[in-house]
Amino acid sequence: MNYLMRRLATFPLVLIGVSVLVFVAIRMVPGDSITAMLGTEAGLLTPAQRDALAAYFGIDQPWFIQYWRWLLGLLHGNLGISVTYGKPVLDVILERFPLTLELALLAMIIALAVGMPAGVFAATHNEKLSDLGVRVVAMIGQSTPNFVLGLLIIYTLSAGFGVLPAMGAFSPLWQDPLRNLGQLLLPAVTLGFAFAASVTRISRSAMLDVLSDDYVRTARSKGASNRSVIWRHALPNALIPVVTLSGIEFGYLLGGAVIVEQIYALPGLGRMVLDAILQRDYALVQGSVLFIAFNFMIVNLLVDLAYVALDPRIRLGER
Amino acid sequence: MRILRAIFAHTSGRIGGAIVALYLLLAVLGMLGLTPHNPLMQYRVDRLHAPDSAYWMGTDLFGRDVASRLMTGIGQSFTVAFFSVAFATLAGTILGLAAAWFGRWDGLLMRIMDVLLAFPAILLALLIVTVAGPGTWTSIVAIAIVYTPIFTRVVRGPALSLKAREFVDAARTFGSSSSYILTRHLLLNLVAPLTVQVTLALAWALLTEAGLSFLGLGTQPPAASLGLMLSDSRNLMETAPWLMIFPGLAIMISILGFNLLGDALRDILDPKMRRSIA
Repeated sequence: MNYLMRRLATFPLVLIGVSVLVFVAIRMVPGDSITAMLGTEAGLLTPAQRDALAAYFGIDQPWFIQYWRWLLGLLHGNLGISVTYGKPVLDVILERFPLTLELALLAMIIALAVGMPAGVFAATHNEKLSDLGVRVVAMIGQSTPNFVLGLLIIYTLSAGFGVLPAMGAFSPLWQDPLRNLGQLLLPAVTLGFAFAASVTRISRSAMLDVLSDDYVRTARSKGASNRSVIWRHALPNALIPVVTLSGIEFGYLLGGAVIVEQIYALPGLGRMVLDAILQRDYALVQGSVLFIAFNFMIVNLLVDLAYVALDPRIRLGER
Repeated sequence: MRILRAIFAHTSGRIGGAIVALYLLLAVLGMLGLTPHNPLMQYRVDRLHAPDSAYWMGTDLFGRDVASRLMTGIGQSFTVAFFSVAFATLAGTILGLAAAWFGRWDGLLMRIMDVLLAFPAILLALLIVTVAGPGTWTSIVAIAIVYTPIFTRVVRGPALSLKAREFVDAARTFGSSSSYILTRHLLLNLVAPLTVQVTLALAWALLTEAGLSFLGLGTQPPAASLGLMLSDSRNLMETAPWLMIFPGLAIMISILGFNLLGDALRDILDPKMRRSIA
């Protein structure tokens, strides 16, 4: 567990780096949050009123003092107040996060449920026509941007079947599970498609590697059935690259899928961050980017730990 | 020359190469203004004209020719992709070599790269674009910064193992200077992994550029860009599907071309990986 401790020790360093970077960057955006918040009415403020507002939000200080205050708040679990929502930043983030998490999970389930069997199938039919078919579809899938696919899906539905994806007010999973799944299914398919294509390609190549190993030949010569060789002997060892890829993709999806959320009008984390950047909602941008980076690092750590579970030969500390 | 022949002998290399060559041609024609119509000209009487012999891909809401706009858009996307990947490759190679060669900097440099990698790519690009204001050069810089850490890692790993090899020790014993060893012995051996990474990064850069302009943060109207055209098509999808289908396919096929070419190059340049990628 030495490795785990050392890995965890680098977390605060990277997070401080991320927060300083965001802190400085967002303050370099032209314009200020008061004008962004009040719009044209900001022009009606007297200089004294403007100063008072700036002092209220703490943005009248130099950036390093603001940063210090923010860091102290962070240690008390306080990420500040969002200027746009008038609520604590953490509350705003946690309101949006369930949707993003659910969408990422659904996309990953779709990707693994389609991609792994397709990859195994292609590997066991190596160089046959069916293998070629899977590879061509996977290559096209990997090259299709999710916003192109999303628009194509919406177009096909509306032009071909006269229906539109369920938009409107979003209903959380625990309130109306059916409606919720109806709203998230198409976005999840949109995100899961290219993801599934990557999983197909990587599981195919990993399976091909493993299937030519000596121990697989031994298992076959012992008289193990084809099915048992593939699913019990070969697949577990082919999982490591699949876990790596899925972990990285999942980590990215937890940061919100800005464009897909935009296309399907979903109130997820991605659109929230985009709006926060455009609104110069400093506290919200800082808080959410830190939140996203933290999730990403946790997922990466879990992926590393999964290696050990999948292959006891791996000793993480020695890598 | 040998590499071109090898690409030609490889099925996905042939297809990918042909796609990339076709796009390069379209991009150059688009940038030179050799398009069927003026891409900014508004043929008011022919607004939302369906594709026919006069307008091969139809016209948009303002009566502008979609095919011509597509060509200039491809020119725009490729300019951004090429420059950003070129900058990222240059910066990543220098940083990766520096990290591997000068051990003192390694820890600090790689932690900085970790910070950049902890951001989802599109989010980092969004932040940079908002800071600098949308535009072609901002997109280039933003995408370059996003991909620099990846190139740094691609260079640093092999450079570290090359540094420990006997031929580098031998060169040092002969009295070769650091810069000579770095360029002659390390860099030359890194050309193969870098070429593969550059091709695949071009696909990603095209995707990121299209994404940024889709969100309105890349190329600004009235200039044409594939992402922007696609974004504009959303409200007219049912009346004028060609506004969505052609730019959508154009983005998809360009990315497909670089992916196929990248796969082929990986097969050719890295025989160890041959079977596993295919």
